[in-house]
Amino acid sequence: MYTLTDVSKTYRNGKKEVTALSHVSLTIPDGQMVAIQGPTGGGKSTLLQMLGALDRPTSGSVLLGAEDLAEVSSRRLTELRAREISIVFQGFNLIPTLTAQQNVETALVPLGVKARERAERAAAALDSVGLAERSGHLPAELSGGQQQRVAIARALVRQPKVLLADEPTGNLDEATRDEIVALLEQLWREQGLTLIVVTHDSWVARRAQRQLRIARGTVTDSGVQTPAA
Amino acid sequence: MLLTYVRRELRGRLRQTVIVAVGLALAIALVLVVNAASAGVRNAQDDVLESVYGVGTDITVTQAAEPGAGGGRGQFSFGAEDGTTSDDGSTTVATDQLSIARGTMAMSSDVASTISAADGVSDVTATLMLTDQTFSGELPDPGSAPTGPPAGGGGGGGGGFGGGNFDVNSFSVEGITPGATALGPLAGATVADGRGFTTADAGADVALISQSHADSADLSVGSTITLTGTAVTVVGILASDDSATTLSDVYLPIDVAQALSGLTDQVTTVYVQGTSADTVDTAAAAITAALPDATVTTQSDLASGVTGSLSSASSLVQNLGRWLSIAVLAAAFGLAVLFTISGVTRRTRDFGTLKALGWSNGRIVRQVGTESLVQGLIGGVAGLVIGLGGILALNAAGISLSGTTGGAAAATAAAGGGAEGPGAGAFGGTMPGRVGQAASSTVETVLHAPIDVAFIATGVGIALIGGLLAGVIGGWRAARLRPAAALRSLD
Repeated sequence: MYTLTDVSKTYRNGKKEVTALSHVSLTIPDGQMVAIQGPTGGGKSTLLQMLGALDRPTSGSVLLGAEDLAEVSSRRLTELRAREISIVFQGFNLIPTLTAQQNVETALVPLGVKARERAERAAAALDSVGLAERSGHLPAELSGGQQQRVAIARALVRQPKVLLADEPTGNLDEATRDEIVALLEQLWREQGLTLIVVTHDSWVARRAQRQLRIARGTVTDSGVQTPAA
Repeated sequence: MLLTYVRRELRGRLRQTVIVAVGLALAIALVLVVNAASAGVRNAQDDVLESVYGVGTDITVTQAAEPGAGGGRGQFSFGAEDGTTSDDGSTTVATDQLSIARGTMAMSSDVASTISAADGVSDVTATLMLTDQTFSGELPDPGSAPTGPPAGGGGGGGGGFGGGNFDVNSFSVEGITPGATALGPLAGATVADGRGFTTADAGADVALISQSHADSADLSVGSTITLTGTAVTVVGILASDDSATTLSDVYLPIDVAQALSGLTDQVTTVYVQGTSADTVDTAAAAITAALPDATVTTQSDLASGVTGSLSSASSLVQNLGRWLSIAVLAAAFGLAVLFTISGVTRRTRDFGTLKALGWSNGRIVRQVGTESLVQGLIGGVAGLVIGLGGILALNAAGISLSGTTGGAAAATAAAGGGAEGPGAGAFGGTMPGRVGQAASSTVETVLHAPIDVAFIATGVGIALIGGLLAGVIGGWRAARLRPAAALRSLD
């Protein structure tokens, strides 16, 4: 469970100070699917970085379970990123020189998984997203939708507690978007993980149990509701 | 995963990999060739120096001479009792004198024991360098007028004047310690026929002669040579181990040479071997302190006196070659570092993603470092191949170098510090053999650049250092990237 208390984040741009998050407080229980919406530059990605242990707040606390991500060591943040949290990026962020299979395996490397088990788990993850036969292909040889499936397989191969998705359908056409969202929903239900999706797309947002709107660093919570069918 | 990723990355950016590897390869090849050429030139210099010095000699000690006091003026003195005078007033004269060699000065043989006791000295042997001069012929009546042109005599230096008819011969004679072959003038020689000296030959009227003297004087093992009226038996004929070693014409046990020349307990040159290459300077300093009037010359002193194409090659390799190698190496290292940093910058998103996946800084530094190291290794292997090819080509070219140990320094060092004087004999005869060459010795040698395991190790080591340097700098930059950069680039 995430518990954010009075979280603020400011960046310094030359002499100018920019507030990306301002006194944000919210709680996200385990297993919830949350959509975060808002205008560009409103603080969506900054919030996602706080949740993903990629950055620390300027003030306030970000509890993941009992651990405050604002206070733990960099080493512990790295461990949390390796074991508890996975991220799916808008641009897929696959390593261009590695095959789909090898890209998925990169997520298991920091866990110290042996080569054979790594290969087996990566193959199973690719199979679960319907790309078993594409495992030897380079990202450039895959379509956008296929690349995002590989990215999802990479995120889920180590069975994280939290899956963060930053505009996962932003670079996809409508049909592929529907496929990817359906896949995420299916995995969320099957694996019981916490799914937090940053999106501009209201259709995608309506699929979530809960919608957060963030603008000028301030969060508005819609509360838990029944997702659209 | 590490090696898979390394292999994929290097293949994925093949052009950059090739450029960096080629840069390193050329630099390493140049370093190898320059190192090998430098060693080849050093060896050639050693050959030249050995011709003056003898194999294994680190230091020579001679007696510094005062101007005009040098030995060996080729001058004959005839007393009234010499020769027989005929009815027409002409005098038939035959004389043989064994005197100290031109340009050398005698010193007490006690210096050898003084030198032995000096710090850093491992072995010592002393020699006495002499010249045997014979004059035989007919001198005209001093009161008669010159008639007609001189009738030349045969032999090594024929000449005549005023109706006289005579022969002048000279050859070099060196007194050595019997049994001392590891150090001194015979260190670079082998016995071609007969036998060498043993300690039992001390005091015996026996001689070793050079092959060239045997040929010119028509001598062989068992022949006798008459030196100042004493018959000496030839027991062995010597040949040089290489073209660089110059032998004296005749070698005698040193005590015999001293007795025949009247230079009892006198020596002209002491050959010294240091306990190690590192102690030569210490030994030289100790000898100088013990014998302040002596001239102490080390190999490096002589090397600075070598002239000719060998000297040019040496300075070319030492100066231009070394600096060119350093410049190319620095450029190759710079290239490797710049390309690695540029690669890291291009892969900001990749490294950010890997950090978001939980890759530690150490793992990312290892990844970048290994990529650079492998790149360096490829360059190193290619450089070895190119470099070894270059060395083989250099050797195949058969570059001929000549080195001249000339001028006052070398001549002094070689022959004992004698004063320069008209040493060609009172009648203008020439002085053959080693004595004549002491003033200026030119040795031809072919450059052979050796292939040394140490050079190969150095080449590979440099390549790895280049790769490691680039990897450490690139990895450090990659490690400094914040994981949020992967997401921020999408904002």
